[in-house]
Amino acid sequence: MSELLDIAVISGLIGATMRMATPIIFATLGEILAERSGVLNLGIEGIMLMGAMTGFLVTFSSGSIWTGVVAAALVGMLLGLLMAFLAVDLGLSQHVSGLGITLFSSGLAMFIYRLYVGSPTVPPTIEPFKQIALPVLSKIPLIGPGLFTQYSLTYVAWLLIPLMSILLYKTKLGLKVRTVGENPVVADTVGVNVALTRTLCLVFGGALMGIGGAFLTLAHQNMFLIDVIGGRGWVAIAMVIFGNWDPFKGALGALIFGFLDGLQLRLQGFGIAISFHLFLMIPYLLTIVALISVSRKAAVPGGLLKPYRREEKGG
Amino acid sequence: MIGFRLIKRKPLPAWARVVIPIAAIVATLVLAAIPILIAGGNLWKSYFYLFHGALGTRYNLLETCVKASPLLLTGLAVAFAFRAKFWNIGAEGQLLAGALTATALGVSLDGIPQMILLPIIIGAGFLAGGIWAAIPALLKTKLKVDDVVSTLLLNYVMIHIMGALLFGPLQQPDSSWPRSSAIVEAACYPILMARSRFHLGIPLALMAVLIIWFINSKTTFGYQSRAVGVNARAADFGGINTTKVILWTALISGGLAGLAGVGELCAIQRRLIMDISPGYGYSGIVIAMLGNLHPIGVLFSSLFFSVVIVGAQTMSRMTGVPTYIAEVIQGMALMVMLIFLLFTEYKISRVRKK
Repeated sequence: MSELLDIAVISGLIGATMRMATPIIFATLGEILAERSGVLNLGIEGIMLMGAMTGFLVTFSSGSIWTGVVAAALVGMLLGLLMAFLAVDLGLSQHVSGLGITLFSSGLAMFIYRLYVGSPTVPPTIEPFKQIALPVLSKIPLIGPGLFTQYSLTYVAWLLIPLMSILLYKTKLGLKVRTVGENPVVADTVGVNVALTRTLCLVFGGALMGIGGAFLTLAHQNMFLIDVIGGRGWVAIAMVIFGNWDPFKGALGALIFGFLDGLQLRLQGFGIAISFHLFLMIPYLLTIVALISVSRKAAVPGGLLKPYRREEKGG
Repeated sequence: MIGFRLIKRKPLPAWARVVIPIAAIVATLVLAAIPILIAGGNLWKSYFYLFHGALGTRYNLLETCVKASPLLLTGLAVAFAFRAKFWNIGAEGQLLAGALTATALGVSLDGIPQMILLPIIIGAGFLAGGIWAAIPALLKTKLKVDDVVSTLLLNYVMIHIMGALLFGPLQQPDSSWPRSSAIVEAACYPILMARSRFHLGIPLALMAVLIIWFINSKTTFGYQSRAVGVNARAADFGGINTTKVILWTALISGGLAGLAGVGELCAIQRRLIMDISPGYGYSGIVIAMLGNLHPIGVLFSSLFFSVVIVGAQTMSRMTGVPTYIAEVIQGMALMVMLIFLLFTEYKISRVRKK
């Protein structure tokens, strides 16, 4: 009897880990893409909130959940483009531009939501994604049900990790991205369009951030709450550093965060008499600890934070 | 093909530093017309109520001052840190640290005269905010942990510390809500003007402007702090102890944000609640940038955003435009100001691309 319970608990915890890691994986991969091209995108938290809001409202009004996901990706791309205009074309401080995007899009997300929904006492809900049990795999004892009964977006996130790795390390395009991020002067000399490469990375990175945000309102929950992102964008920024700008290691960081987040939910469920706020704090604290452990040997892309203007070349 | 390129321009005269933020505000208000129109608001009516709601009556004007005091303090906090390139995005958490400390003292220290209790609370709140900012400063200087990320993450840690305490030891005994008991009478900031909420925190914030101005322009530390911001390596080479400078910068920066928390607690809420700050710490970033990181600039930009935040309430009531327009305007203002600042250093020139 107690064994049964244990299996259910473990399986549930695995499932929760995967779910809670999903938005972080999307966001981390999006940020890795941006930072590998040399742009720190601190707009991530706001872009995720816009994605969450857009995904929710579009699903709410169209009834089609995938339309919502696409809309969230498009909004993420637009905001990525805005970030590119500020930080790449104008060469403004990446820190402040990104924070500007976050403040602007957070405000905008709440503004648009209020505009369309008003202030009803009960927030509107949508029919969220359903979990899909993969045939055969989900029958694996112990780990199967947790790992392979997931939302389709979670499977997409898992597919994206190796894809991003292949893109960055095995393709010509990835070489261009990394060169632009490491040394834009060299990239420019060999004929790579620095501004265009960075813009594209920000745009597609933004799409991933938008989808990551949408996962929270379309799968994890079925409504839009103002604090739905709750710092997950900043966690993703930390995971990029933790993962040393590598998709697999970054995703591992996201998994650890997902595990802690899932564990925290489980422990709450057991009614342990410690404030749930202490559990909620753990993932953030451990993220900081993780940063401490890796920061001294972090391999920051050489061109990160440095705007590139041609006439300053060689200066 | 004709293209555009940014060319370094000669330094602009001093008046430009005053004109540019004003131009940025005007441009922001023009841009803000787009969301207002989309929300179906009549433009003139909306802007009329925005300014009337903030400045139109004695009470509203004083409310704008009340709102400006935490914004001024967090703006100063961020400006002081950014000037040394210590990227303190954690003013929100430092504000909460100050409010939390003020609560702990304010509910427990009964029977102490106000003249003694208030300085204790203000000092402790300053210290709490300062220490909360010193942690990421130490992580940055000793362990090379990125300050943007650590200050941001610490905001969430502080929110949950506050939550744990408000559901635990600090919770009002007979309440099921996450809120503390009211602080004792002697711990409350005195109200300085009748029929308003104009409180002690407002002159305190103005004093902080003067003190920061003094530190920045008249002390060795202010010079060193700026030198570290301009070029940390050169400052280090020139014999400045950059670790120490960053640490002290963080202490003062966090302390200012902590004071904002003390003010909100001891003058406005008088008991701790979860949403004691509607994001004053984040607004501080916008205010610092719009104020060009200069204390006097921060004073004016905090007044402007206070007008926007207070006025947005009236505007929303009268025209139906959601109050979140204030947040949208803040985000827009930051980006517009960034762009305008760029054109103080660069000009656009048309070039023929090969």
